[in-house]
Amino acid sequence: MATADHAALVAPLTSTGRGQKLLVAALLCVLAWGAYGYVTQLRDGLQVTGLSRPVYWGMYIINLIFFIGVSYGGTLASAVLRLVGAEWRRPITRAAEATTVCALIVGGPQPLIDLGRLDRAGTILLHPSFSSPMLWDIVAISTYLVVSVAYFWLALIPDAAWLRDARVGGRLRRGLYTVLAAGFTGTDAQRRRLHVALGIVAVAVIPIAVSAHTVLSWVPGLSLVPMWHSALFGPYFVLGAVFSGLATIIVALAIVRRAYGLHDYLRPEHFAKLGLMLLALSTVWSYFTFAEHLTAFYGKIPDELVIAHERVYGRFAKLFLAMALACGVCPLLLGFRRIRTVAGTVAVSLLVLAGMWVERFLILVPSEVSPRLPHEAARYAPTWVEWSELCASLAAFTLLFIGMTKLFPIISRWEVDEAASAHPKGCEKR
Amino acid sequence: MPRWGMTIDLDRCSGCQACVVACKQENNVPFATAEDLDAGRGIYWMQVLARVEGEWPHVRMETMPMPCLHCDDPPCTKVCPVDATHKDSEGLVQQSSARCIGTRYCAQNCPYTVRFFNWKKPEFPGAFANYRSPEVAIRPKGVMEKCTLCAHRVKDAQDRAHREGRRALRDGEVTPACAEVCPGRAITFGDLDDPGARVSELARSPRAFRFLEELGTAPKVFHLRETRHGDG
Repeated sequence: MATADHAALVAPLTSTGRGQKLLVAALLCVLAWGAYGYVTQLRDGLQVTGLSRPVYWGMYIINLIFFIGVSYGGTLASAVLRLVGAEWRRPITRAAEATTVCALIVGGPQPLIDLGRLDRAGTILLHPSFSSPMLWDIVAISTYLVVSVAYFWLALIPDAAWLRDARVGGRLRRGLYTVLAAGFTGTDAQRRRLHVALGIVAVAVIPIAVSAHTVLSWVPGLSLVPMWHSALFGPYFVLGAVFSGLATIIVALAIVRRAYGLHDYLRPEHFAKLGLMLLALSTVWSYFTFAEHLTAFYGKIPDELVIAHERVYGRFAKLFLAMALACGVCPLLLGFRRIRTVAGTVAVSLLVLAGMWVERFLILVPSEVSPRLPHEAARYAPTWVEWSELCASLAAFTLLFIGMTKLFPIISRWEVDEAASAHPKGCEKR
Repeated sequence: MPRWGMTIDLDRCSGCQACVVACKQENNVPFATAEDLDAGRGIYWMQVLARVEGEWPHVRMETMPMPCLHCDDPPCTKVCPVDATHKDSEGLVQQSSARCIGTRYCAQNCPYTVRFFNWKKPEFPGAFANYRSPEVAIRPKGVMEKCTLCAHRVKDAQDRAHREGRRALRDGEVTPACAEVCPGRAITFGDLDDPGARVSELARSPRAFRFLEELGTAPKVFHLRETRHGDG
């Protein structure tokens, strides 16, 4: 049971351990290395990547899809669970919403890394062509980012007011809390209004998130490319996003739980419940994957069959097997109560995250290496620059998330307290 | 208004690649090193694809010159987020290297893989630098480029006709570089909307077909060959 003064929630905001300082320094080094790789690419052009004709898109677009997918944790775990009134969501919403904001900030700009001419990126604003799904995508993802930030902020207001009144941090930080608290003093009228606003934004953020990944799937999905040109792509991408987003918050929660000693708030039951959700999503993912490949193999449209064959039996077979094990088989282990522990769910979540990155690779690349007309053998192997950008993106995500945990209590204090006052026996009461 | 098109007679093609060389020269297509080729980054506005059929000793090889097919319903133009590529009023699919931002989306959506990206700064080593054409702008690093059906030659001819007080070009007045050098005279260029033009006669030939016609892209470059069993 959490203590009423929530000392454990304030501690990360005011003090930083040595381990964390070292971690931040290491992550900054990775980020600097990524910047060096990117400068190399700006200087020499995209020849420093493994891309070629006809593999025009690779690592950067895979990372785009991956990070936008990772961002789904906040929408699902926070918005959906809030709307259905699942009481156990209370301690996990803040962290989930934070992963959404961080993943979007890292994922959204990925296409800029992929751009041949960064210096002309502004052309998209000056001369937009709305017949291009890429433009719909920019609109959808930026809307999603704005709404996610608004949602994060709304749910933060009472805690910002608390931090403001508790005079946490230096002048700059107190100023930030004052601004974010937006004059909240905790009157009944303010609380009512906050709940209404949160309800509205929680409803809005769900279709907006679904549209963001659907439209992203349409960038390849509306093309003529075999195995990309599929009505399945929208729902498949959304499901994959929810799946990897959930895995992300499991990992993120386990890390803050351990690093900041939040064992009283984030209890094994939370991980067990999230683990069961992961298991359920895994079965839906397997169903989609099965449907996609059965259609290709049974229909035998030559262009598609070549690609499906390459993916399942050909040169991508090992990756395919790894993906199927990580995303389709391992999560089934969560059906056993003994695996559904904190360590077990985290291990499965890490596998799911790796598997989902591979899934995005297998969605994009096999179609590209098998063009319709006779072509010399095409292949794709990412270079050190591309791997550096992946590592730097992961580092940037982690840094942003650490920054969030240092600025704001990573457990939503007011939501936990609200439950405690409604159910005097404790916040775990359901 | 003409609707420019081309026919390529595969029965007349010997696979000599003169069209490839002439096109490179004419359009300042950058030099490709062995490493570029190995990485799949050579740029060829005109290329000769080879399709091998059968098992030795009953092997048959077919060579297929493949420029941009200048589709009437081009899938590449509509996906560009900045309108850097469009079908012009005379039916040619053009690429603006000054507008292009290098998303490579057009290339993804070209089923013929005839769009090319500048993976690096264009290179014209040694004596190559002395033979660049003043007619065609060199494309910078990071943008797409593609066959224009020698639009600059069309423009030249139209300017000349205008000076001579003629409204339309005569059939055969414009010859793209690839057609000009073809020893087998396999390539014909002209106005598909002019029923008397040689190109439209050939396009109407029972030997004429269009690649991946089932995709509905309606290419304006027709290939010709005697129908063989299994051609569909």
